[in-house]
Amino acid sequence: MLRLVTLILTLAWTASAWGTETDEQAPGRILARQAVREDPKAWITADHSQHPILKQPFTKPEEVTRACLSCHNQAGIQFHKTIHWTWADPADPRGITGKGRLTVNNFCIAVGSNEPRCTSCHAGYGWMNKNFDFSNVEAIDCLVCHEQTGTYVKFPTKGGYPATEPTPFGGKEILPPDYTKVAQSVGKPTRRNCGTCHFYGGGGDGVKHGDLDSSMTNPNKALDVHMGIDGQNFSCSRCHSTRAHHIAGRVYATPAFTERKSLLEDDLAAKISCESCHGHTPHKAHAKANDHTDKVACQSCHIPTFARALPTKMHWDWSQAGDKERPIHKDAFGKADYDPKKGSFVWRKNVTPYYAWYNGSIQGTTAKDIIDPTKPVRLSWPEGSPNDPKSRIFPFKIHTGRTPYDKVNKTMVIPKLFGPKGSGAYWADFDWGKAIAVGQEYNGLPYSGQYDFVDTEYVFPITHMVAPKEQVLACTECHSAQGRLRHIQGVYMPARDRVQALDTGGWALVVISVIGVALHGLGRFIASLKR
Amino acid sequence: MAKTKIYLYTRFERFWHWLQAIIIFVLLLTGFEVHGTYSLLGFHTAVRIHNAFGFGWVVLFAFIIFWVFTTGEWKQYIPTSKKLWEVVRYYTSGIFQGKPHPVQKTKEAKHNPLQRLTYLALTAVLLTLQMGTGLLYYLYNDWAVWGLTFLGLRTIALIHLACAFGILSFVIIHIYMTTTGHTLTSHIAAMISGWEEVDEHEVADWERAARR
Repeated sequence: MLRLVTLILTLAWTASAWGTETDEQAPGRILARQAVREDPKAWITADHSQHPILKQPFTKPEEVTRACLSCHNQAGIQFHKTIHWTWADPADPRGITGKGRLTVNNFCIAVGSNEPRCTSCHAGYGWMNKNFDFSNVEAIDCLVCHEQTGTYVKFPTKGGYPATEPTPFGGKEILPPDYTKVAQSVGKPTRRNCGTCHFYGGGGDGVKHGDLDSSMTNPNKALDVHMGIDGQNFSCSRCHSTRAHHIAGRVYATPAFTERKSLLEDDLAAKISCESCHGHTPHKAHAKANDHTDKVACQSCHIPTFARALPTKMHWDWSQAGDKERPIHKDAFGKADYDPKKGSFVWRKNVTPYYAWYNGSIQGTTAKDIIDPTKPVRLSWPEGSPNDPKSRIFPFKIHTGRTPYDKVNKTMVIPKLFGPKGSGAYWADFDWGKAIAVGQEYNGLPYSGQYDFVDTEYVFPITHMVAPKEQVLACTECHSAQGRLRHIQGVYMPARDRVQALDTGGWALVVISVIGVALHGLGRFIASLKR
Repeated sequence: MAKTKIYLYTRFERFWHWLQAIIIFVLLLTGFEVHGTYSLLGFHTAVRIHNAFGFGWVVLFAFIIFWVFTTGEWKQYIPTSKKLWEVVRYYTSGIFQGKPHPVQKTKEAKHNPLQRLTYLALTAVLLTLQMGTGLLYYLYNDWAVWGLTFLGLRTIALIHLACAFGILSFVIIHIYMTTTGHTLTSHIAAMISGWEEVDEHEVADWERAARR
């Protein structure tokens, strides 16, 4: 019934004038403006620099944590339950899924046996090996997320600890923190806090995500319409709503959200979905785009490309590693195309996403899963289907690679990459066989002794770098035979889909009609000449 | 035979004919762009115009049907096989020999048997089906509410396209047929002014279905 009324209204709208409703009045914008009308400082009721307990001369980071927990006495218990601490998928009953468990990627593959390097991004201190005590609250690193001086740096190879004395690394000198100053600065996490790890995942700026890199520390509106410092200037937690240190948004098999609820429907829901603030039909009344929201994710049209400011790594071929003589070239972005420790790379900027049906769940691969090496192995892949009302067509970065696997057991392997000479670490000894054997044994996994490299794919949902509305995709980016969604199954799309027989038959009918009347007319003309 | 002018098409009849002609032209033009046949106005503009003109057509069509029934003009569309073959034979041979049309237009019988059949099929089947599938297409997002999910968008879209080809074919032949009057433009002139020049002629009883 509603739609009939709409139909009549549409006529009225057509009759009056098109687009009298301005973009500013689009329901999604009105809702969102209401949702974010506040002064972020309104909630701050303490100046941490005045707390006596933070005025002591700290000598090690655990002392700072102890000081924090002396007031925030539930924070440690809360934080221990979060993925930021466990690096494990809480939904996996086997307990083997997660970056801290046996899940593998096609970057540095897995953590186990490489801890001190990887865990420089763990919000804790001392995860040097598998004996790390996950129940110790004082091992929590409060500072990396909360400090606001910008001077606090976790040393890249010390299991999450900062330097204890000025130490050179990668051509720079890393200084030990001034804990007192750093501790007194704490506040709500900013983009820089989150970016300390999330912009540099995979060992460098922009390696992993594609929509998260250091350009997002202070983006402009053109790069990210929500976080732009010349616009709303959102912090990450503006959308990644947080309750008891649980931050909405992490995706393993469990979606970041299961219900698309706006704040009108559930005022305490996490603001992690676009719908949270923009509603289900955010565009102007009668806009065709509103009819798309049941099948197409907002991100698909509103993030035309990712890695728009800085390049992102798109391909990583481990099989090329080990050639110390190979010349290293810098690409158009100034990125090295080769590293003898890691292999060859391909970097790209302004990348068009890959689109897939997605219900919010990502299926990962662990080093225990049997793979099929005859085709590219999907180390992680979005789940979803056109028949699932919760699935949407969603944009992804696909990072491809050639990654080591066990030829006999048909599993991915976890090589030991980081460690001193003689430990078997590939980056020290450059022997794959040994590195894999040591890594597999460390992780309690079998190894046949035979390895090779297999083509792999790893996906990242693209959800940041939402562009201003002027940059939204044109219809024909998808509504055309060779458009972005040419491979998407399960939907009929005008201008993309056709039954060739009907088109051929239809135009044949039209041509026959034209020829028919032409001949008839010609006949009449000739007959009239004869008369 | 003596010629006479009769007032064949009333003002509203001419209005709806030409407005419908414009609407169908625009719908064909934008519809085939939406189908991806060519790029002319831009996809988004084509969709918007197509939707607006589509609704406009449905409203006009409602007025046309109302007019046809309240004025009794619907009787002009009752199909008959009488003289049908004579008309067919006229267009396939007689017309080339300069023979007169076997059925004269009159106020009471403005359509020959072939026209009656064509227009009835066009109006009752092709145009109705086209508007029906067009509305369903537009209302796709509400199919679940209306309990129509057993329909497939693909099926609806393909029927809509097939009808479009049918209508385009009709338009081509229809326009050509306007040149078969006394002069090349006399039929078109009649549809503009309402007055058509015809031979003086008695209306046959069978044509006067209305008075039976």
